[in-house]
Amino acid sequence: MSTPKMSIAHRLYTGQLSYDFIKHRRQWFIVSGVLVVASILLLLVRGLTLGIEFTGGTDFQAPMKIEAGTVDTVRAQVADLTVSDLEPQVFSLGETAIRIQTRTLDTEELQTTRAEIAQIAGVDSSEVAYNAIGASWGKEISRQGVIALLVFTVLVMLLIAVYFRDWKMSIAAIVAVAHDLIVTVGVYAAVGFTVTPSTVIGVLTILGYSLYDTVVVFDKIRENVHGLEESNHTYSEQANLAVNQVIVRSINTTVIGIIPVVALFVAGTWLQSAQLADLGLALLVGMIAGAYSSLFIAAPLLAWLREREPGMVKHREQIQRRAERAERKAAQREAEALALATAGGPAPVETSHRQQRRTSGSRAERKGRKK
Amino acid sequence: MATSAKRGRPGVVLTVFLLIIVGLYLIMGLTKTWAPKLGLDLQGGQTITLTATSENVTPESLELARNIIQQRVDGLGVGEATVAVQGDRHIVVSAPNVTSDDLVELVGATAQLSFRPVLQSGAGTGPSDDADAVPGLPTPAPSPEASASADEPSVDNEQLSIDEVLAYTATEEDLENFANFVCGDTVVDDPSRAIVACDDEGTYKYLLGPTAVLGTELDTAAYGIPTGDLSYVVTLSLKSTGAEQFKQLTGALLDKTSPENLFAIVLDGIVESAVEPQVQITNGEAQISGSFTADSAASLANVLKYGSLPVSFEPSQVETVSATLGGEQLRVGIIAGIIGMAAVALYSFIYYRGMGIVVVASLVVAASATYAMMVLLGSAVGFSLSLAGIAGAIVGIAVTADSFVIYFERIRDEIRDGRSLRSSLVSGWEKARGTIIISDAVSLLSAVILFIVAIGSVKGFAFTLGLTTMIDLAVVFFFTKPLVQLLGRTKFFGEGHKWSGLDAEHMGVSRDSLLGRRLRRRTPVTHDVTASQTTQEA
Repeated sequence: MSTPKMSIAHRLYTGQLSYDFIKHRRQWFIVSGVLVVASILLLLVRGLTLGIEFTGGTDFQAPMKIEAGTVDTVRAQVADLTVSDLEPQVFSLGETAIRIQTRTLDTEELQTTRAEIAQIAGVDSSEVAYNAIGASWGKEISRQGVIALLVFTVLVMLLIAVYFRDWKMSIAAIVAVAHDLIVTVGVYAAVGFTVTPSTVIGVLTILGYSLYDTVVVFDKIRENVHGLEESNHTYSEQANLAVNQVIVRSINTTVIGIIPVVALFVAGTWLQSAQLADLGLALLVGMIAGAYSSLFIAAPLLAWLREREPGMVKHREQIQRRAERAERKAAQREAEALALATAGGPAPVETSHRQQRRTSGSRAERKGRKK
Repeated sequence: MATSAKRGRPGVVLTVFLLIIVGLYLIMGLTKTWAPKLGLDLQGGQTITLTATSENVTPESLELARNIIQQRVDGLGVGEATVAVQGDRHIVVSAPNVTSDDLVELVGATAQLSFRPVLQSGAGTGPSDDADAVPGLPTPAPSPEASASADEPSVDNEQLSIDEVLAYTATEEDLENFANFVCGDTVVDDPSRAIVACDDEGTYKYLLGPTAVLGTELDTAAYGIPTGDLSYVVTLSLKSTGAEQFKQLTGALLDKTSPENLFAIVLDGIVESAVEPQVQITNGEAQISGSFTADSAASLANVLKYGSLPVSFEPSQVETVSATLGGEQLRVGIIAGIIGMAAVALYSFIYYRGMGIVVVASLVVAASATYAMMVLLGSAVGFSLSLAGIAGAIVGIAVTADSFVIYFERIRDEIRDGRSLRSSLVSGWEKARGTIIISDAVSLLSAVILFIVAIGSVKGFAFTLGLTTMIDLAVVFFFTKPLVQLLGRTKFFGEGHKWSGLDAEHMGVSRDSLLGRRLRRRTPVTHDVTASQTTQEA
């Protein structure tokens, strides 16, 4: 299993195998753009299913053996509770618990309803867990979430700009993160999952995680474009090489990152812990989006931003002139060669020679380091 | 950079780091705490988040409110309840093992302060061992048995005029109520009627006239030792209406005989203090003296100030989790964590083969360090592990494992660049180091911001995420890296054994290049030469 994978990794690293992320950026930007627009439309049309944490309400959970028809029976019983206009919603939580959501209740109504639910479930009142949320709580959580988002965005842009000494990286990174956030929220709107504070946690964590991935790609780009002016490569070429070089690493970190999150999601869903399941799902969507966006959005966007700089334009022209010169020379040589009609031996010799030089070079470098 | 001295130290670094972790466990052993404190969503209990109804609340008033609520909650006798200020206008009350609704009512009620004339006093029939308590002397902390009487529903009846109050005499019914009253009974603090209330020890009960001065008339309260005096006093300063009422009250009381010459300071149906005025107080500046200690004076001053505070709260979130449900959530969280760890370990072994050992060892070390920190932070700063916290730790596994991937992939990249395995271990680290630091810094930044800004469960998540990220940094630097360097000296890893995850074939390089030999001819090399070559290198 790993042998072909390794060699792919190797070929990707050396550039023998590469996908031109930068060149194909238009089509990926279109894909991402469509995703983002679709997400926003979904959000506007379908909206998010907000949990009671945002709308206000009370959520009761009582242990109860769930059998076929239990939920319907409970639903009928709940309709007859003392407190009027409860707007109750009844769900089963696995096979061992019942969950009843109602509108916001005051302390007295809460006590009455709790006792009555306990009676329905046939347990002591203290066994009925509940979560009562005032209408303002959701606003508060959202407000704090937005503050966190803004503060984080500003600080992270500063951090990246300072670390890489390139504010264009900050912009590219933030665009990629915004993409991840919007797509994640879009998936929530599309599927109709309930948005809870756990979702907010998940979404905010995506920020960090998505940037984590992007930062790793940028680190490699920075390394590759070092001394670009003297080289025969354009920024785009070097950035593309970097993206190809980190793909394997990116896939690995994403897989390793996703494994625990899937565990969180599966355990949460399977064992009926809504909190863990919500968090797991948000993270799952966000991490996949994060891995995608760092390769297909952040890096191409960065390359595009940098290539527009006058210095880069000049550099490209220089390379082009050099290439034309080389081409002319090569054509000339080819013509000479053809005329001389010599047998083709130099090619293999040249490769072995080059390889040898490379090895000895690195050895020398190593020796230099040791001193 | 990579001097030979530096390369010689991995063993030392590793040992020191492991010793520190052993040290953490020794501290745990000494303090006999082996498990982290669990949040209420995991152990069962009640969490109430109170939100100030007004937008602008000063930190001081929030802190005062916290103190009062803490006293009230302590008074309920529910054990280790904690009351904490969160953000700029929230107070979170957490009481483990409480699933009743008393607490919500208790902490949700706004404190009501009033000054009432004393009509009669007597021994509280409630249980009391404390013979030293004297009426008029505030006590530092209320005791559980009396404070249950504090949960009065608020009554907003009109206040009587000061003349009516002073003219009030106890009715038959009042006296009967007084006789039957047992400290611990519910007190309804109705300002227009006489009430029976006890001091906070439950030692004395008082029949009190209608409210003469409302707590809202209090401007400020302070405490201190006046110049030329020896003991603490509590000073009050009243607003104009209150000052007038107070003047009349104290004036009228001077002529009366004990116990009718006293007035009581009542907070939430508890007589905080019963005071005999020495002179008529005309300027609204009252002074309460008695055998105050610094603490008791401060506490009374706070009580008085808080009673007049314009902050009212509403319970914005009440969460009650039964012990059974809490235990269930804990189980789910732990199962998720174990599955996550195992799956990451499995993947690492498949992909990195022998190097998987490093991943697993590092994860185990990181997990033990995290566990120890959670336990110790529980006793040191009251950190408690919530379900969201467990989720944070699980995401932390991902972050931790990521650092290894960055490191290992860097080593492989270096090998692919034609370096020898040995030098790759060093140069790979040098290049991975920066990436690991910057990516962890981003992670840490998000954790810190979430922790500062967030309320509720988000905070617990952010804390553990930040904690695991920092532990990740420490583990990568002081455990994983030295371990890799040490393993690089072994034959298995250092020579790229087929199962080491670093073999030449999988790296797509020649064996010679992997072992750092100058390529002369592609000939098979014997192990002797390899050994001598590597010793030379090391």
